[in-house]
Amino acid sequence: MQEFLQQVVSGIATGGIFASLALALVLIYNAMGLVNFAQGEMAMFATFVAYALVTRGMSYWIALPITLVVAFAGGLLIQRVVIRPVERAPILTLVIITLGLAALVNGLAGFIFGYVPRSFPSPFPSDTVDLLGVFVSYRDLGVIGVSGLVLLGIYLLLQRTTVGLTLRAAAHHPEASRLLGVQVSWMLALGWGLASAVGAVSGIMVAPILLLEPNMMQSIIIYAFAAAVLGGIESPLGAVVGGLVVGVTINLAGAYLPFVGGDLQLAVGLAIIIAVLIIRPNGLFGRAAVRRV
Amino acid sequence: MLQRIRTAPPRYWLVAIVVIFFVGFPTVISSFQTSLWTQALVLAIAIMGLNILVGYSGQLSLGHGAFMALGAYTSAILAHHYKLDYLITIPIAALLTGVVGFLFGIPALRLSALYLALATFALAVVTPSLIKRPDALTGGVQGILVIQPDPPQFAQDTFATVTGTVMSSDQWIYYVALFCALLLFWVAWNLVRHRPGRAMRAIRDGEVAAAASGVNIAGYKTMAFGISAFYAGTAGSLFGLATGFVSPDTFPVSLSIQLLVGAVVGGLASIPGPLLGAIFAYFLPIESNQWVPSQAWIPVQIASTVKNAGPAVSYGVVLIAIMMFAPNGIVGLVNSGYAALNRRLRGAGDRETGQMPPDAQTV
Repeated sequence: MQEFLQQVVSGIATGGIFASLALALVLIYNAMGLVNFAQGEMAMFATFVAYALVTRGMSYWIALPITLVVAFAGGLLIQRVVIRPVERAPILTLVIITLGLAALVNGLAGFIFGYVPRSFPSPFPSDTVDLLGVFVSYRDLGVIGVSGLVLLGIYLLLQRTTVGLTLRAAAHHPEASRLLGVQVSWMLALGWGLASAVGAVSGIMVAPILLLEPNMMQSIIIYAFAAAVLGGIESPLGAVVGGLVVGVTINLAGAYLPFVGGDLQLAVGLAIIIAVLIIRPNGLFGRAAVRRV
Repeated sequence: MLQRIRTAPPRYWLVAIVVIFFVGFPTVISSFQTSLWTQALVLAIAIMGLNILVGYSGQLSLGHGAFMALGAYTSAILAHHYKLDYLITIPIAALLTGVVGFLFGIPALRLSALYLALATFALAVVTPSLIKRPDALTGGVQGILVIQPDPPQFAQDTFATVTGTVMSSDQWIYYVALFCALLLFWVAWNLVRHRPGRAMRAIRDGEVAAAASGVNIAGYKTMAFGISAFYAGTAGSLFGLATGFVSPDTFPVSLSIQLLVGAVVGGLASIPGPLLGAIFAYFLPIESNQWVPSQAWIPVQIASTVKNAGPAVSYGVVLIAIMMFAPNGIVGLVNSGYAALNRRLRGAGDRETGQMPPDAQTV
């Protein structure tokens, strides 16, 4: 039982990482009805920026906000340069462009930082603490704490500030927002910047667990897809719940299903995606899609 | 007969020239070059399959590398464990992959384009680890060696009579791939010009309107998936033959991206597009990898990084640039250039005769 609980807690920690990336996907989906296939690569690139700062002697807690600002600016820039000219293009075009973006960012990271896997420092000590009879590592607690803070921050921003209100308005009713004086295009750019920053958090949190290299996020993005789809792709709350469920599920499956083990955890992610899409395409929190004919 | 040849449209001549070029090509290039071109042709077959699915029926698959893997492993396992002749296993692999693709198309019916892209992308990422698991069957990480067959007697005799040289195994495999490519391109050309092609394009451009006009949406969409997978399976099987082995790392997610690059660069919803796209997508990394280290002014460290990162960067830039500026790819560019030229020539003629040009839109 105790081991089971420990698996659940460490599942929640990985789930928090997936939730951040899934939330980034949801932010962009809500802004323009698009799944950003480059989200993981953008997060990976931001993590490299954090790595470069930390290895140059900067404190982790100063490097983190700087990286988030850089990631925000990067997301904004990408939206302005690459996405904006094709905003109204068919969805097929947009998906192919984000895939191109993923390949490009991946290659650039390899070009600038190389393909040698590096260990990324964790600001949390690696010992464990006894929490009501369950041994939890400080790292897991730290990851849960940081992810929770980020998710709370995004929630407050979207629900309690004027910027958040404008952002949601621009996403849901672009025409009406434009009539009311909202600069819809810039709101989309803001959405991309926010998503990029939130995704960067997931990259920085996962880097100490995996090793930092350009293909680091390739499996994480699959789990994030699974989380976003499970949560109903347009619901921020759904992304968080989905992330936690996916994190716990793959952890338990890896620990208790001998067939799955460590190397087929990714296949569990795929199975979740396919099962949700077939059984309940709108996920847990999504609305049924209404199509106008 | 002569009458028909004289009145044949110009594009038939173009096709004849391309076919003659590809038939004669391996007799003048090295054995190594031949095997590279075999792989380019194989890629062209897979891209044609993707093109039928994405370009004509409008369903986006990012997981065609997985179908190629299925075809390759079917052939390799049949040839290795059951001692079948590899050439016989090619149609078996193609059919099996086609059936699997057809079955995959049924749940795909319920998915929007975006979800389908997502699910197939996940499939492409998971494929290598799925292959590694049943290692008694698939050889695990090591993969399976494929014995490249010697050319059969009739091929050797014909080749010796025509060129006066001995046919190598590479050349034989090239001609097998070329035969499959010609056959499958011809099938695709017929498919898209007739009822199924019209139905698929109608579905792509307006599903509701197509359904209202009596097009069987579910039937054609799953059929497109099946045919597309059939092409990918053939390509995968030939790929194993051409490279001499199949392993999980032969089919990474970047292979699926490479296929997409080829389809997009050549031109979606066109018949020559996949061939041009395959040549581009296959030779771009190879050529750039040869060119960069040969330049003395590029430091060695940078050259080795470019070798690793170059394909991803150039694929990314090309995908974005093509989608932004030339969504119909090379074929689209050539077509619009030809149309502009035609308009200009016609216009010049009109000023002399004072007649209106005939409608150029007749197909």
